[in-house]
Amino acid sequence: MFLADDVYTMTILLAGMLAIYATGIVLPLCFPSRPRIQNLIAHGLAAVACLGGIILGIAGLFASGPLILLLSSPLPLLSFAVRLDPLASFFVLTISLAGLAASIYAVGYVRHFQGRVSVAALGSLINGFLLSMTLVVLADNGFFFLIVWELMALTSYFLVVTEHEKADVRYAGFFYLVMTHIGTAFVVFTYLILFQSAGSFSFDAFRHPEEALPEGMRTLVFLAALIGFGTKAGIVPLHVWLPYAHPAAPSHISSLMSGVMIKTAIYALIRVYFDFLGGQFPWWWGFLVLLVGTLSAILGVMYALMEHDLKRLLAFHSAENIGIILLGIGAGMIFQTYGLKEFAALGLLAGLYHTINHAMFKALLFLGAGSLVYATHTRNMEEYGGLLRRMPWTGLFFLIGAVSISALPPTNGFVSEWLVFQTLFLSFQFPDLFLKLMLPIAAAILALTGVLALACFAKAFGISFLALPRSSHARHADEVPISMRIGMGIPALLCVGLGLAPMIVVPLLDRITAPLTGVSITDKVLALDGWALAPVNMEFSSLSPPMLAAMLILGGLLGLALAFLFGGHLVKRYYKTWGCGINLSPRMEYTATGFVQPIKRVFSTIYQPTIKLETEFLQESRYFAKQRKFEFHIEPVFEKYLYSPVVHVFMRIADRLRILQAGSLHLYLAYIFVTLVVLLLFAV
Amino acid sequence: MPPLFQSLLLVTAQVIVLLAVSPFLVGLIRKVKARFQCRQGAGVFQPYADIAKLFRKQPVISTTTSWIFTATPYILFASTLSAGLLVPTFTSQTPLNFAGNIIALVYLLALGTFFLILAGLDAGSAFGGMGSSREAIVASLTEPSMILSIFAIALTAGSTNLSTIVHKTALLEGIVTDPSPHLMALAALFIVALAETGRVPVDNPATHLELTMIHEAMVLEYSGRYLALIEWAAGLKLAVFLSLIANVFAPWGIATTLAPAALAIGLVVYTVKIAGLAVLIGVIECMFAKLRLFRVTDLLGVAFILALLGLLFFYILRS
Repeated sequence: MFLADDVYTMTILLAGMLAIYATGIVLPLCFPSRPRIQNLIAHGLAAVACLGGIILGIAGLFASGPLILLLSSPLPLLSFAVRLDPLASFFVLTISLAGLAASIYAVGYVRHFQGRVSVAALGSLINGFLLSMTLVVLADNGFFFLIVWELMALTSYFLVVTEHEKADVRYAGFFYLVMTHIGTAFVVFTYLILFQSAGSFSFDAFRHPEEALPEGMRTLVFLAALIGFGTKAGIVPLHVWLPYAHPAAPSHISSLMSGVMIKTAIYALIRVYFDFLGGQFPWWWGFLVLLVGTLSAILGVMYALMEHDLKRLLAFHSAENIGIILLGIGAGMIFQTYGLKEFAALGLLAGLYHTINHAMFKALLFLGAGSLVYATHTRNMEEYGGLLRRMPWTGLFFLIGAVSISALPPTNGFVSEWLVFQTLFLSFQFPDLFLKLMLPIAAAILALTGVLALACFAKAFGISFLALPRSSHARHADEVPISMRIGMGIPALLCVGLGLAPMIVVPLLDRITAPLTGVSITDKVLALDGWALAPVNMEFSSLSPPMLAAMLILGGLLGLALAFLFGGHLVKRYYKTWGCGINLSPRMEYTATGFVQPIKRVFSTIYQPTIKLETEFLQESRYFAKQRKFEFHIEPVFEKYLYSPVVHVFMRIADRLRILQAGSLHLYLAYIFVTLVVLLLFAV
Repeated sequence: MPPLFQSLLLVTAQVIVLLAVSPFLVGLIRKVKARFQCRQGAGVFQPYADIAKLFRKQPVISTTTSWIFTATPYILFASTLSAGLLVPTFTSQTPLNFAGNIIALVYLLALGTFFLILAGLDAGSAFGGMGSSREAIVASLTEPSMILSIFAIALTAGSTNLSTIVHKTALLEGIVTDPSPHLMALAALFIVALAETGRVPVDNPATHLELTMIHEAMVLEYSGRYLALIEWAAGLKLAVFLSLIANVFAPWGIATTLAPAALAIGLVVYTVKIAGLAVLIGVIECMFAKLRLFRVTDLLGVAFILALLGLLFFYILRS
């Protein structure tokens, strides 16, 4: 492409995008007490910057070489270096796509915050958030990376606590702040080790250190990066902040946090493992990533199933999908160890494909959940019902998202999950029996994950949108404004488009994986002029999403034709559902809790449910119950057995240390005196 | 004949065969059960008449439902038929082999299940919800075993595309000397097939008792042409699983070339094979009682272990 290799235009585009974000941060604050103008300016600028980001991302993928911009700073180790290579371009594209949908959506959505929270602050922060995420993937200097990484954490924290008058929101924000900084500590540690051998914070120096890192140090980098970035990504057991922070934030922010912010961690992991460490690692690294991925996938979906708060449910699904992404990347890493570069590239490609797919359908689902909250003022699924008739567009978009996340053909979620399956199936190439067996088992667990996700979204969509309204909120819900519908429509279209057009997506992704693994696999993955995916060869496996879509459409038409042929013209009769002789009421419908009861029972070892049933009887007879109270909880295993003990220990230490801070001014003066004396002694 | 025309002809033939054979299988199973219960039973072609009659009946639609309810029969029909086109029937030269492998088959069937679960919830009655909820758990437990069991066979043939597996096995390429992995996988897949097609001991297609039904509960509100499509799709799903088992584990007699004689033999052998399997299912339905819902998990757990053992055996025998 002519644009891609024109350094001048690209630089203008990049600088322009960053400048518009910066304007978006400042300008809304210049119109005090004009919320409508603040809203339009902030989200309009964000949308324009995102459009720029989309063009930049696509152009960056086509460019023949990376675009590097350097701005030195007064600090010796810091330089504002920016590097737009294919990997960074892909993430800029993903962030901008989700950002575009969220900022258009926000124009309508933010209206119901007007008067309660500052629209200017909200609009300014979303620009800051998008800017910092974009810079995280563009940064080419470790120090600079850490600054924008922290900026991303802080802006998202302030966005999470938008409704800070609520106590649970403040708690969620605090929880998120603590977890993200634990992660950051490990990230800093990772970069410090890399810095030690490189002698500079520049990413180029990380790539080609003066003295190679010793084996032990490399392992330390691997583990610290996995924990540090894993916290942000939300891998199990570091996922505990997801179900707090995502529901507390306004929905368009949740869509960005869950859709793309956690992906910056995937970016960083690929950057560190495949770029900085040069893709050289022992097999157990890949295996550990695979194990973490499997665990996140299955536990994420299992906990999601038990949730009836729609946004908490979606938050747990983020852990699941990060798991699926890591399954692809982990399998790729193992192949890399064994020198099977083509399969390594395939695993990485599958992981990246799922990254953009998850960004789209999760953004869509969170925006859909936001529309439901907007229309019904509750997040509790048990109070929805029958909304498909009241909100046909939101319902349709949510259904597309639900089908995609359940990995059903012919949507995008299916295509990328299929690629992950193929990567796992290729494990028969390993020399080691243990790995040969483990990867198919991971594939079986992935299959279980897929079906449980299906069950979960059948529940989420079925209970929310179908049957009778379960509350007066749901009975009086109205369709959301047009801007919110457009905001949901963009990712919905992409969910279908990314699924039907792997012939466009795969060559683009190949441009990322080729430099990282050293082989280009477009020709190996695509067959029949791009109409089919055939990892390795047509013999082993093939999939043609466009063909499947055509088959489904033609099959449906055949069904219609048969019905017309045998039954003639359709005359329907409408009548109420039979309710065993009494009129059907919402109380007779299946609830979300009831729907998942068999699953809860079958997997009770994992859930450890506690059920409490209290019955109050009539005084006259114990055969008639006056009222019954039913409660059930599932054991938050990780919080109880992993986090609580740690928090407990810290609290006890803090209790001891409190003696130091007795509140007496004299004591503090004494501290200062002692410190001074000690320092003077040292100086002498 | 130009290749495209030939492919279209083959696809059409496969669609007709699948659509034609599926009510027969249902009728055959019913007949076998009737004879075991010392009844005369309806003729094996009764399901054809049932479907034709249902098409002509006026459908009654619940006022609580949305468009999901009326769209589901078509989606279910389309997804099951598409899945059927990925499985070889009378010839191993399936023209749509390239469109998807075993994973695509599993997920196409899951697409139908997803919409059927939604339709079950749509009418708002507790029966539908109950059926949907149970279908969700049964589907969750069958799919891992299904993928794992086919994988063991896929490794032998060096392919996950069903037609390629069948074609290679039929030509006796890459057959291991010890059939034990295949037998394990066969047992696993057979249990999966019973569960997925809603047969005893997992579900009872002949009952409308609220305590036991799964599939029937989900489709309770359907009538007229919608019910006809759903019944036909259920028959198709049975045909898909029986074709899969018959051709993957016993591909003998399948047409490996497109010579007319081979195709004719293939068609006859195919019908005999799946009819035999249908009789076997009928016998099983008579010999066993339906399991309690929470005992079904044990049965499906056994299927998973069998599939896993099949895989383990394959690797151990190879090395």
